[in-house]
Amino acid sequence: MTGLQIAFLAIAAVTLASAVLVVSSRKIMHAALWLVLALGGVAALFATLEASFFAAVQVMVYIGAIAILIIFSVMLTRRVMEDAGPQNTRYWPAALVVSLGVFGGIFFLLLQWPGFTIEARPVLEQGDFLVRFGQALVSPDEFVVPFEVASILLVAAMIGAIIIARDPSRK
Amino acid sequence: MLSEWLYVGVFFLIAMFLPAAAIFIAGILAPKKPNPIKNSTYECGIETVGPSWIQFKAQYYVYTLVFLVFDVEVVLLFPWAVAYHQLPLFAVVEGVIFILILLGGLLYAWRKGALEWL
Amino acid sequence: MTPWYQDPVQFIAEWLRGVLLGWGMPPDGVELVLTVLGAGTLALLAMLWVVFLIWYERKLIGRIQDRFGPNRVGPWGIFQPIADMLKIFTKEYITPEGVDRVPYNLAPVLAVASVLLIWAVIPFTMTVMGVNLNVGLVYIIASGGLGVLGIILAGWSSNNKYALLGGFRAVAQLVSYEVPMVVSLLIPVILAGSLGVNDIVMAQRIPYLISAPVAALIFFITSMAETGRSPFDLTEAESEIVAGFNIEYSGLKFGMFYVAEFLHAFTVSLLFATLFLGGWRGPLAEQIPLLGFVYLVVKTFVVYFIVILFRGSLPRFRIDQMMDLNWKLLTPLALVSLIVSALVAKPLEGMPVAQTLALLVSNGIVLILFIEGTGKKVQRRREIVGKPRPLAVPHPEEQQGAQSTGG
Repeated sequence: MTGLQIAFLAIAAVTLASAVLVVSSRKIMHAALWLVLALGGVAALFATLEASFFAAVQVMVYIGAIAILIIFSVMLTRRVMEDAGPQNTRYWPAALVVSLGVFGGIFFLLLQWPGFTIEARPVLEQGDFLVRFGQALVSPDEFVVPFEVASILLVAAMIGAIIIARDPSRK
Repeated sequence: MLSEWLYVGVFFLIAMFLPAAAIFIAGILAPKKPNPIKNSTYECGIETVGPSWIQFKAQYYVYTLVFLVFDVEVVLLFPWAVAYHQLPLFAVVEGVIFILILLGGLLYAWRKGALEWL
Repeated sequence: MTPWYQDPVQFIAEWLRGVLLGWGMPPDGVELVLTVLGAGTLALLAMLWVVFLIWYERKLIGRIQDRFGPNRVGPWGIFQPIADMLKIFTKEYITPEGVDRVPYNLAPVLAVASVLLIWAVIPFTMTVMGVNLNVGLVYIIASGGLGVLGIILAGWSSNNKYALLGGFRAVAQLVSYEVPMVVSLLIPVILAGSLGVNDIVMAQRIPYLISAPVAALIFFITSMAETGRSPFDLTEAESEIVAGFNIEYSGLKFGMFYVAEFLHAFTVSLLFATLFLGGWRGPLAEQIPLLGFVYLVVKTFVVYFIVILFRGSLPRFRIDQMMDLNWKLLTPLALVSLIVSALVAKPLEGMPVAQTLALLVSNGIVLILFIEGTGKKVQRRREIVGKPRPLAVPHPEEQQGAQSTGG
């Protein structure tokens, strides 16, 4: 067991446990906080894959902005600290069977793929990765159209959210 | 690369551990004399009425939302900025168009009064 | 073996590595032990440095306010922070009822940790730094986000209306001011071509204060707002919301917020010196690394002095003035200066002097246009309703008497 494998198992365990706690927490505020830990775990997984930019961006955008947005939207509800009772549904055995079946099916399908057990090749040596990424984003025969459309999408999201969140009594 | 992130991980754990250890040590050194009046919630000397909940102004949400949009914009611009030296002029102009579209969004938010603190 | 004067930290590391390998530790374990030692030393030094910073600031604020600072405890009062620390270590933790324990105790730890994390990527000399992370700048912004999370945890878990209100306002302020900060940080990245902090320092033949003055100005102002220093310290204004989100914290937990604020102010000065003033660069810094460290310390203290000067001399902003300043002046200014810098720097790529001059001139034009254009619009003028009425009119005889004596 190399150190990397131990680290991966530990981080994956933390991420999965906090994801389960997000869904099963009784108090909605605690669920939001466990979500923060789950997102941090994903960032750590990016770091183990040597995707440094995405690890840092995951923390910056998800934990630094989206988690705060989620906490704010949770606080918009009145019952933030109310104990909502156990979050299990009555039909959890059926849900367990279905999810195990789906998991088994996906696993079986992936085993048919020869690339499943081979370690991934790095895209480029990391020193040039960001430069290559930047060039790919704005180069006309690569991803410039999605790049510009992304900005339009962001503006549309901002306009839509402002219209929805605005006080209706104002003009 | 991995060793760098290992350092960051270790540093994070140490950075969390040091203040926690200091707080723990102070918890041992300090007296502990709780009584109901000391432990009551602070309200400038009077008793608190009602649950600790205040009207959440939607304005906080709008600020965080606009911040989120600009954060994602800047994230998309970081690779463009890093590759700047290798980019031809029209690629720089494409990035400028990206920023201009978002500037337009900011102007819209401004005109609609979404950025006013009520 | 590197000679000790060229890189003392590397020298110690190699010596330790030799010793530990000689004891029979596996090489991975040796690396891990060295990493832990290095990280631990850096974090501990940063936290102990705060003791000096507290003394420095109190003396300086005292002098700005025309008084001595602390001068009783030890020569020039240098033992004052130690006395303060001893006091705060022995204060009782008054935990109010109804708090949510885990977030309540986690918040001060997170506040300090988010500032300490920044120290891992700052280059102190050409070779001495925590790590030269190739995405160092994004990492720095990300740790700022962690600090915001700590504040919202503190405000919410205190089970107190004032703490909650203070926490919301603090987060609104921090989150708003992060927008122009990250946009203005794009400009050094454009000029240096990398996100790594040491790469940015090494690319500064001419300090970026001259090539990107608007970005430096915006970064400075927004960083002061991020740390919650005066004049942006509305969130801890005692007369307004009674110490804001840290009302219910006592003893060392409050002390940790205090430490986090001071350390954050210094870290911001360190960052400014690194990103815009050239960090450890200076004459002979490559040959004698220790000199690079001296340069960095001098530059950081110049900036820190200015930060404290701002604190001691400017009155506090109102919350709506703060938000107007951010969204209506700083954000458009940052975006426009980014566009202008990007467009101006590209055609003049090969000629550093011409590029720097062109950037300087264009930045100056942008700044002047903005200040002229938005000054009148952004300032709120309260209308004077009715004529001003004096509260008391002097008696006519007294008025004549005063006039005859030339009063």
